Amino acid sequence: MSDRLLDLSVTDGRLALAAAGSWTADRAGELERLVETAVRRARGVSAVEIRMGGVERLDTFGAWLLERLVRTLRTDGRTAAVLDLPERWRALVDVAHAVNRTPIPRRRFNPLADALARLGETVVGLVRDLLLIVQMFGELTVVALRTALRPWTFRFTSTVHHLDRVGWRAVPVILLMTFLIGCIIAQQGLFHFRRFGVETYVVDMVGILVLREIGVLMVAIMVAGRSGSAYTAELGSMKMREETDALRTMGFDPLEVLVLPRVVALVIALPALTFVGSMAALYGAGLVAWLYGGMSPDIFLSRLHDAISIDDFAVGMIKAPFMALVIGAVASVEGLEVKGSTESLGLHTTASVVKSIFLMIGLDGLFAMFFATIGM
Amino acid sequence: MLAPGNELVIGVRDLVSGFGDTTVLDGVSLDVTRGEILGCVGASGIGKSVLLRTIVGLLPRRSGRITVFGEDPARLGARARRALERRWGVLFQQGALFSSLTALQNVQFPMREHLSLSRRLMDEVAVAKLEMVGLDASVCDKIPSELSGGMIKRVALARALALDPEIVFLDEPTAGLDPIGAAEFDTLIKTLQQTLGLTVFMVTHDLDSLHAVCDRIAVLADRRVITVGPMSAMLASDHPWIRSYFRGVRSRVGEPVRVA
Repeated sequence: MSDRLLDLSVTDGRLALAAAGSWTADRAGELERLVETAVRRARGVSAVEIRMGGVERLDTFGAWLLERLVRTLRTDGRTAAVLDLPERWRALVDVAHAVNRTPIPRRRFNPLADALARLGETVVGLVRDLLLIVQMFGELTVVALRTALRPWTFRFTSTVHHLDRVGWRAVPVILLMTFLIGCIIAQQGLFHFRRFGVETYVVDMVGILVLREIGVLMVAIMVAGRSGSAYTAELGSMKMREETDALRTMGFDPLEVLVLPRVVALVIALPALTFVGSMAALYGAGLVAWLYGGMSPDIFLSRLHDAISIDDFAVGMIKAPFMALVIGAVASVEGLEVKGSTESLGLHTTASVVKSIFLMIGLDGLFAMFFATIGM
Repeated sequence: MLAPGNELVIGVRDLVSGFGDTTVLDGVSLDVTRGEILGCVGASGIGKSVLLRTIVGLLPRRSGRITVFGEDPARLGARARRALERRWGVLFQQGALFSSLTALQNVQFPMREHLSLSRRLMDEVAVAKLEMVGLDASVCDKIPSELSGGMIKRVALARALALDPEIVFLDEPTAGLDPIGAAEFDTLIKTLQQTLGLTVFMVTHDLDSLHAVCDRIAVLADRRVITVGPMSAMLASDHPWIRSYFRGVRSRVGEPVRVA
């Protein structure tokens, strides 16, 4: 009979329920349906008795369903009695009797209000981010000036270490990436310009594009992804482990000890990488022009000489340190905004890269207008 | 070593385990019987957690035998192993709650995956579990980052108990709790063990827990279990490490040494 969890029989206006088998998690679904049937059948009677003597196993699921049955019956105005409950389950049934007395609070869900709230939060967050970045620039300026007045406090070793990490070790990947970009631009240019018979203008396009825009922008994006994220992760984990607080209590400014050397390293490294990257892109373009477009290196170089001026080169190089400042400031803001949890570290690291790339492109647009206005 | 009539629930024989080149456990043998609370102690880094993780199959073993309910988890097929895993629950040291789910969803997760129940029943049982570990329904829709350390441990215990397991493994259940919270947690473990008839394997450093709840204590030293027995046996032991652990400055038995 152990396959029947609950037997129902009605005699003289009383409903007798005989429980048997294992009242456990495995069969809880089945048991719940039986309990619901019992509740329906009890509508016609005034008293219900539940005999638990035949139950072989009982766990929280079974105990709760028994409690739910009794509770529902009593709310419906029936008298319900539990009989023959083995002593070893008394404690568990008592526990079940005490639980679920208050309804579960549910967060109310309103799609329109939620969407509006999210929009509002995003706008507030954006404004806050901008203010934080501006504040970071201000604080960095103060720290830099203070350090300039007392040069012996500058953390030279740390700066060199970061310069090695973000500058020197980035050279291979930057070289490869910009070389390929140079190749691709030249190939595309040759392919499309050929239809108009103006293949030689490829050199002008590549030269101006690479030196003014692509060189610095691609390198900066790469550095944001490679080093900006690393800065945020490092500063964030230091913040999480209270290392920044430890520095403060010892009388050091985390900005001076941790942030300034990193930002200085970036400001030095990014122009150098931009130069290396631009040269690699021009080299790649020259190679493609020679092998794919049949333009000899001599012609390429003399065209390049005519096509570009020192201004084009200067525009790219002037922009580079500003890009570095943006990456450094955003990475530091995000790193120091990390809260206690590891999820927060991940979120801020992602945000650091996204925000610095976005701001760099915005800044690049401003520079484009500025240089156009001054005729450079 | 076993009292007659006691059913063996976990049996470990000559277990060798470790990472890479280091052998952490070398020849560990240990028995856990049904319905007891076994505390496992040992110096930091001695491999208590490694033992726990090896038993539940998170770490591979090099040699030796482990049986849980008479079966070797490593030799079972996927289906039988899942069935076996349903019969135990693990409370990790940091709780290991899923950070994107609410407390209620965390407790419901094992039910959702293993059983087919109505949503109403899952809600009710999950709330019941949360109330059984001393929380109230107001934590239900909080996510782990909104909970305090003690609450996280309780929710994690409720999750470990979600499927009404027969064994629970506790990895330092009272670490990081204040003495009052730790004492409450000890009482909770004892109560649940009695109510639900659990077998508890717990790794701990907490002398108070060992006094309050453990039926037997296993001491891990020199890569093996050097002794197993009740608290009285530990206090009577002459082994230098056991002496300094159980009768040292921080214990309140033996010769109490006052620390100003």
